[in-house]
Amino acid sequence: MKTVYVDNNATTRVAPEVLEAMLPYFSEFYGNPSSMHFFGGQVQKKVNEAREQAADFLGAEPSEIVFTSCGTESDNAAILGTLDSYPEKRHFITSRVEHPAVMNISSHLSRKGYRTTEISVDREGRLDLDELKESIADETALISIMYANNETGVLFPIEEVGEIVKSSGIPFHTDGVQAAGKIPLNMKKSTVDLLSLSGHKLHAPKGVGILYIRKGTKFSPFMIGGHQEKGRRGGTENVPYIIGLGKACELAKKHLGEENTRVRTLRDYLEVKILEKVPNTLVNGDRNNRLPNTLSVSFEYVEGESILLLLSDLGICASSGSACTSGSLEPSHVLRAMGVPFTAAHGSIRFSLSIYNTKEEMDYIIEHLPPIIQRLRDISPFWKDYLKSQGKR
Amino acid sequence: MWDYTEKVKDHFLNPRNVGEVENPDGIGEVGSLACGDALRLSIKLDEKKRIREAKFKTFGCASAIASSSALTEIIKGMTLEEAEKVTNQDIANYLGGLPEEKMHCSVMGREALQTAIANFRGQEVTKEDYEIVCKCFGVTDKDIERAIKENDLRTVEQVTYYTKAGGGCAQCHPKIEAIIERMRKEMEKESPPPKPDKRKLTNIQKIKLIEETLGREIVPALKADGGDIDLIDVDGSKVYVALRGKCSFCPSSEFTLKQYVESKLKEFVSDDIVVEEVKP
Repeated sequence: MKTVYVDNNATTRVAPEVLEAMLPYFSEFYGNPSSMHFFGGQVQKKVNEAREQAADFLGAEPSEIVFTSCGTESDNAAILGTLDSYPEKRHFITSRVEHPAVMNISSHLSRKGYRTTEISVDREGRLDLDELKESIADETALISIMYANNETGVLFPIEEVGEIVKSSGIPFHTDGVQAAGKIPLNMKKSTVDLLSLSGHKLHAPKGVGILYIRKGTKFSPFMIGGHQEKGRRGGTENVPYIIGLGKACELAKKHLGEENTRVRTLRDYLEVKILEKVPNTLVNGDRNNRLPNTLSVSFEYVEGESILLLLSDLGICASSGSACTSGSLEPSHVLRAMGVPFTAAHGSIRFSLSIYNTKEEMDYIIEHLPPIIQRLRDISPFWKDYLKSQGKR
Repeated sequence: MWDYTEKVKDHFLNPRNVGEVENPDGIGEVGSLACGDALRLSIKLDEKKRIREAKFKTFGCASAIASSSALTEIIKGMTLEEAEKVTNQDIANYLGGLPEEKMHCSVMGREALQTAIANFRGQEVTKEDYEIVCKCFGVTDKDIERAIKENDLRTVEQVTYYTKAGGGCAQCHPKIEAIIERMRKEMEKESPPPKPDKRKLTNIQKIKLIEETLGREIVPALKADGGDIDLIDVDGSKVYVALRGKCSFCPSSEFTLKQYVESKLKEFVSDDIVVEEVKP
């Protein structure tokens, strides 16, 4: 069966160049970068090179790059590591649409006695900047606002948020896991103090991430151990994966243009065709401020898991914000925070593209999706009721 | 990805009896768009008051569609009295089991059936004294009590899987806990020992259940006659045991094994159990 993979916000294919760069460091050059001998030294050189590649990609200094095990660790380290440096400040601000790696830290903090504020978004998923301004207090220790939303692709105005945050002198963290590689990032010109990044969303393997920490930012290590990563993250470096991530950063910089031209065009093509061919379909999120690869659409009166499984039966891999796909009973917290009506929230599907997708694949989806939606609507008790209600008007 | 059985996949991909019966004798509608799943069941009876036709329309996930399809297949040809006795477990069993998180889909099927039967009889679905426990999903104490009783539930999480109650804001969790505690006490009083359920068991569950059954139903009786029994091994449906004490040389040991041990294990563990004796 043909596989059409359009779930790149979940994870991406490891680029062949990345895999190739990694392989020798499993069996041939397996030294520990901290060792004194030449065998470890040559590996350390390669890890430094990866750090430079990552720094170059982010417009940062190599010393500002800390390698971690994943995006979740980066988020946890950024938040807990900063709060630990400001023990007297007991207030944390974030948004209502964060990834669980931040959202659940927020509820964890709230159980620990912190005051937490979660800033709302509007129907288009845009952040309420006035609410943010009003919630900043003397006791605020950290503000963590995601760069781009994983479900809808909506981009928050991070530099605008940063200006607001900076005027109060509070550290600013952003979860940049979905943004990296899809929109240009330049930490030298940014107001961001800490930025999280995940390897496997960037064509590197699962199990490696980055935390960017601006020089001069107070930070206590989250992983306590050896002197690695300049004492900011204990634990022997995951050498092959770090080398892979370095290569992936280099490639991401090179492919940034393509993400914003060819991939964007494919996404827009898919979006326009779906809206044209399937009635009662709506796009979730601000279409003017969105990642170039992400499309979240809701099909009214049908349920997401059913759509996904019928797509999957044809080899099409996407994801959904419906309740049933996650095992929880309520649709995604992102769509609920946006106030997407229930008629649509349960039937949301996310297509997320990468540079490996082609126009033929989009045509394949466009050909097979409309009959799937029609088939499920024919089974749905609400569709006929809806058609009737339309007829009466 | 959910671990759906082939039967669930089949009933999802090729649902039986989709649609609405013309001039139905009874209609049962449960669920809503807000809840994420809904089922409209319509039934038509023949002159002998048997269900001649049953059709469904469902909004929901794969297991909701498969459960609806299974329900219509199960009830076709039944009298209303027979149909009334169909439980959510029957629907799940028909499908070869459902992931526990999805059991509420089978409960939805049973509720739609009850509603359709009541609708035919011209009754409102029993709306006697009830209290809405879960405000997010509109689940009553009666719904929760029934699910606990029919499915032998023990935790809040299980109640959520079967009824959805408690799956939203979680404020009702203490109330659900109290209902579980009360129901467990009632159930223990009513039917000691608890009626085992015959869902598809994992090997570990099966072995545990065999041990429990031996300990509770068989060993005391054998010991009374000066004998005993040991579980040696379980291989699929074959249960290897060794008879001890007086049983080991009793001339009717063959009879004991087949008529007594095997039938008890069939009753409490699984219908396909075969008991074999391991001679020392």
